[in-house]
Amino acid sequence: MKNLWKRSVDRFGHPKVYCTLFLMLLLVTAFFLKQNIIGLIATSFVRIAQNSVLVLAMVPCIISGSGPNFALSIGMICGALAGCISIELDMMGMPAFLTAISLSIPIAVIAGLLYSVLQNRVKGDEMTVGTYMGYSIVSLMCIGWLIIPFKSPEMIWAIGGKGLRNTIALSGRYDKVLDKLGNITFMGNVIPIGTFIFFGICCFLVWLFLKSKTGAAMLAAGDNPKFAAASGINVDKQRTIGTVLSMVLGAIGILVYAQSYGFIQLYTAPLYMPFLAISAILIGGASIKKASIGNVISGVIIFQALLSISLPVINGLLPVGNLSEVIRIIVQNGVILYALTKAGGAE
Amino acid sequence: MPNENGAQYVLELRNIEKEYSGNRVLNGINLKLKPGEIHALVGENGAGKSTLMNIIFGMPVIQNTGGYKGEILLDGEPIEIKTPNDAINYGIGMVHQEFMLMSGFTITENIKLNREILKDNAISKVLSPLLKTLDIPAMRKDANKALKELGMTVDDWLPVAGLPVGYMQFVEIAREIDKENMKVLVFDEPTAVLAESEAEKLLQAMKGLAAKGISIIFITHRLDEVIAVADNITVLRDGEQVGAMTREEATLEKIAQLMVGRKIERLEKVSSTEKSEETENILSIKNLHVHMPGETIKGVNLDIKKGEIIGIGGLAGQGKVGLANGIMGLFHSTGEVYKDGKLIELNNPRKSIENKLAFVSEDRRGIGLLLDNSIETNIVMTSMQIQDKFLKPLLGIKAFKMMDNKEIREHAEKYIKDLDIRCTGPTQYTRRLSGGNQQKVCIARALTLEPDILFVSEPTRGIDIGAKKLVLDLLVKLNVEHGMTIVMTSSELGELRSVCDRIALIYDGKLQGILKPQDSDIDYGLMMAGKPRTQAKEVI
Repeated sequence: MKNLWKRSVDRFGHPKVYCTLFLMLLLVTAFFLKQNIIGLIATSFVRIAQNSVLVLAMVPCIISGSGPNFALSIGMICGALAGCISIELDMMGMPAFLTAISLSIPIAVIAGLLYSVLQNRVKGDEMTVGTYMGYSIVSLMCIGWLIIPFKSPEMIWAIGGKGLRNTIALSGRYDKVLDKLGNITFMGNVIPIGTFIFFGICCFLVWLFLKSKTGAAMLAAGDNPKFAAASGINVDKQRTIGTVLSMVLGAIGILVYAQSYGFIQLYTAPLYMPFLAISAILIGGASIKKASIGNVISGVIIFQALLSISLPVINGLLPVGNLSEVIRIIVQNGVILYALTKAGGAE
Repeated sequence: MPNENGAQYVLELRNIEKEYSGNRVLNGINLKLKPGEIHALVGENGAGKSTLMNIIFGMPVIQNTGGYKGEILLDGEPIEIKTPNDAINYGIGMVHQEFMLMSGFTITENIKLNREILKDNAISKVLSPLLKTLDIPAMRKDANKALKELGMTVDDWLPVAGLPVGYMQFVEIAREIDKENMKVLVFDEPTAVLAESEAEKLLQAMKGLAAKGISIIFITHRLDEVIAVADNITVLRDGEQVGAMTREEATLEKIAQLMVGRKIERLEKVSSTEKSEETENILSIKNLHVHMPGETIKGVNLDIKKGEIIGIGGLAGQGKVGLANGIMGLFHSTGEVYKDGKLIELNNPRKSIENKLAFVSEDRRGIGLLLDNSIETNIVMTSMQIQDKFLKPLLGIKAFKMMDNKEIREHAEKYIKDLDIRCTGPTQYTRRLSGGNQQKVCIARALTLEPDILFVSEPTRGIDIGAKKLVLDLLVKLNVEHGMTIVMTSSELGELRSVCDRIALIYDGKLQGILKPQDSDIDYGLMMAGKPRTQAKEVI
């Protein structure tokens, strides 16, 4: 038993083991509280699909050596902007979603290029600088959302207001276009197969990229910049590619999130979202120097399942206030803290 | 001059032995220090000088690695030094090679750091002695006294930051002699960072201190300084005490020979002496300057002949490591390097590699390896990025260059077999390999580039003796069988002399001369110390 414990901790890392155990405990509790377990699991599936691409966005950034992308909110803003533009163009359904994605990519590339100029000057402090950069851009865009001249009445404040609303409903636009694509209904619960397939394609493309010559150079630049430089690899360029890719995936990720959630959230909504993605990939076994597609998949499953199941279960146990939200914050920030301490102490 | 205990020696080391994980680095060292004596300790890098001083000063590294054997006597009493604090309490002080000063503090504050003179004030009397104020006039008086003893006339209230290097060294010494019970002072290469005039002043100050009864242990590579000030000289080599003499008996040549002398085992090498003057130059280095911190090269001219193994030797910090790093573009350099008569662009690693130069770095874990990647990735990475090897197009589209896993695997397996890399397979992470096997991965990576010239720096550093021989044999084999020109930089002279055709010695960033492996120990010792004999043969 002790052996099994040690083996699994060695193999999967502490966060993954603890979170899985906690998840099992929650499920058992849910069973005793006579909650709808199938329903809980189905909700988890929806949330897993919702967040999957955002978590994937961490991979290129970590691999290229600039650590988890704490400034992913910049990419998310690019995606939200593209999403709003597609509504402004009065598009509907799948075309609207695809237009939003194709518009978001160039915007995110530009944002990523600009951000990486900063990032390459603060090597070693990307995470702190990234966090504050993300905060600043979110705040800056709070003004932006007010003054960008959008006209669509669905998006601007009602009764002659100016500027965009806090949340923009997507019903009638591209609400759940991916989720509904080839979805399966299981005991009254919808499983969003379309989004999973989309996520699978994204994962495959990233995996393919990592197997390319540029991907290998990025891997080298991330593992050991001095080695890379001595091998004639331009380290800054590789870091830029990683950051840009991360921003693009972040932009696509937020659109996937929005279509599944049914709303685009603006203003301060993206402020803390990078942390959710970072915790997920770290729980999946990534470190701030190393990440894989496997880390993304297992991380997003465990973390999002934990969040969506803990809410009803803990509320059922202790129906006071927002205890489950407290648990979420503890788990989310605890995991990031753990990963950061390990980053310095490892080896 | 017996002291109060009747003991003749202030410090006596008896039969000191020290092992680092089974590797004996000190073997039966005896050292006797009279009051007021200057005792010089000389030896090559790795001879055991630092380890011995770490023992005397109670550095934690000694205790952490299992302590030492033997006896240390202070004034005839056996003592045990477990921490630097013990050493200070026994009156043993150390002037470090790197300055341990607080740059924002004044000279006085540095000298009196943690030994401040305190006086009472109203609050401290009531509350706690911890709240006493500093008695700055008294502190300055003490500091000035210490500085004066060293012949320094500098305002003691200046901050240390911005002082010339030489002054910092003196502040460091002043701090030690200000301690009242100071009996033994260890100087660890104090003149290494000093200009000649400053060094002169320092030696004067040392003599002055000795005259006041403080005993000094003086570690240095500069042999003329040893002759100038030391009363007694102990020479270490490979952890053994190979010589002890008084100043009267000592000559530069004698010390040099003792320092270097060892049995030279030539590895079997065909026609090593035959490669004579008529072979063409493959690489010409003209007036190369390399700004590598700690290993600066200040204008070296050197011709490397096709098909030879040339050694680059010298003491640590003199610049030998900088040469290969500069040519490979890892540190900023100026000058001209021609390969086969063609000028190579400097400061651009890619260009150097494209010109068929390959480098096995001395900093294996820092530069040489991707520790968190597999052996096969390590071996092919540079070649893949620069020579576009091991790639295949994706679905026939040439623009998408994908790694060719099959080819990579085959190549890696071939090298694992050829170089006998001990591992669980080509996908094992290099972090898990032993030093020798890591070195072989580095060499395999360099060989994958199919270079004309292979630069190898410190190929045997940090690897065990068996692996050392394998690596050296491999280099000779590459040279003999494939005609590869090899430039080998090493701190171990014996190693260079066993495999190289010629050995270039670097001192103070400049080429001192080129020797044959068979040349005498005296020539080697003198050249490494920057004092070539006028009659030294130059084989250029």
